[in-house]
Amino acid sequence: MNVFAKVSLDLLNGFSSSVILFIFTLIFALPLGLLIAFCSMSKFAPLRVVSKTIVWVLRGTPLMLQIFVIFYLPGLLNLFVWPSMNTGWEWFDKTISTRLIAALVAFSINYAAYFSEIFRGGIEGIPKGQMEAGEVLGMTKTQIFFNIILMQVVKRIIPPTSNEIITLVKDTSLANVIGVMELIVTAKNFMNDGLLWPLFYSGAFYLIFVGALTLFFNWAEKKLSYYKV
Amino acid sequence: MAFLEVKDIYKSFGKTEVLKGVSFELEEGQVLSIIGSSGNGKTTLLRCLNYLEFADSGTVTLSGKVVSDGKVLKTLKESQIRENRLHFGLVFQSFNLFPQYTALQNVNLALSLMEKERAKKGLAPLYDKPSMEVAKELLIKVGLEDKMQLYPCQLSGGQCQRVAIARAMALKPSVLCFDEPTSALDPELTGEVLRVIKELKESEGITMIIVTHEMGFAKSVSDQVLFMVDGIVEELGTPEEVFDSPKSDKLKAFLQGLNVKEGR
Repeated sequence: MNVFAKVSLDLLNGFSSSVILFIFTLIFALPLGLLIAFCSMSKFAPLRVVSKTIVWVLRGTPLMLQIFVIFYLPGLLNLFVWPSMNTGWEWFDKTISTRLIAALVAFSINYAAYFSEIFRGGIEGIPKGQMEAGEVLGMTKTQIFFNIILMQVVKRIIPPTSNEIITLVKDTSLANVIGVMELIVTAKNFMNDGLLWPLFYSGAFYLIFVGALTLFFNWAEKKLSYYKV
Repeated sequence: MAFLEVKDIYKSFGKTEVLKGVSFELEEGQVLSIIGSSGNGKTTLLRCLNYLEFADSGTVTLSGKVVSDGKVLKTLKESQIRENRLHFGLVFQSFNLFPQYTALQNVNLALSLMEKERAKKGLAPLYDKPSMEVAKELLIKVGLEDKMQLYPCQLSGGQCQRVAIARAMALKPSVLCFDEPTSALDPELTGEVLRVIKELKESEGITMIIVTHEMGFAKSVSDQVLFMVDGIVEELGTPEEVFDSPKSDKLKAFLQGLNVKEGR
């Protein structure tokens, strides 16, 4: 096998870890973000304070630090230890290392904090008149949220959310600090063989992925352009 | 006993007293216009009738049944408030149409949800035909049969307000309230909205309360005109009494101010 093909395959393998981290972070962080957003808007003051404090801490410290905390703190507190390097679960003939799971936990809560602020802004930005129009028509609060407010919020939050999601693609590289074999670290390991170009080559993987996401978000924005909010 | 009796409505926001004991009566099918300068509590009164604000005290009675009592308002459950507020409809100054729905969907949405809920509870439906049919008929009534499939951003302000009127009528309110329905419109668009309101009075006999700054319209459409100053009813009478032979000095000054503005 020539060198280029071997490097490509290895990088693709590393990239698959990045993509798994990316997809599962979104699956957990988006709903968790909505939950935190509702807590931040709660009429019950203590809940509001707790959720705003959590958001402050998660947005106020580096994600890299949070990854370390999630990975090492349970052991320090004698709760449990994330098992060693090569254990984990088989999934589509790929081993999901427990380190990847630890990174996933850190990514999910960190991104949920950012998403929650986007959602909160989106919901609070809807004119009060929309809610009132629903109320005087005898709709319940739930009916108003799902039939009137939600679609307007979705339209408003697509641009800031897509920004966050694109950042997440590249942030996955931070998982290497606890030994997750993602794309960047795979490329970097080729330096041991005296090869520098795989590192630059790895940029193409991110670019293509982000390019596809950008096309998707453009399509979604266009799809919702039939109304103005 | 009158169809609608509003008695001693008080409402404060913090230390600011906005309504200081507003009372009036209205017969079924009659139109009441509320006039007066901005900031005198006209809109707040309508919002109290529609439960968007809770009156501090006072009662609202409809056909002899108390639908709002300031003393117990804050203890009511959401479901009770929903039931009571359905006696009143409200057309907003800024339309508040739902932007993601077509004109037809705007009118149909709340009605279809309501009919589903009534069916689930075993109640008779509000109409004996599908809600979509009702919505279409209402839009035809306000002269928008060729705009049903358009979105609010594709409609003019006057057309939007007519959709809003159709939407408010869909749930068959006993009293339809208008909060300055033409104030957000360009002058050349106010006519079509006022014409629709007038037609509704003549053809449907809907009981209406209209807060307005259009004096000519108030004079021609109303059975009663209420002049509000500083949260109280300063003068209440027929349009002829109020406009042609005002008694209170404040009303005289208000009407004179308008004439000067209009260059008469």
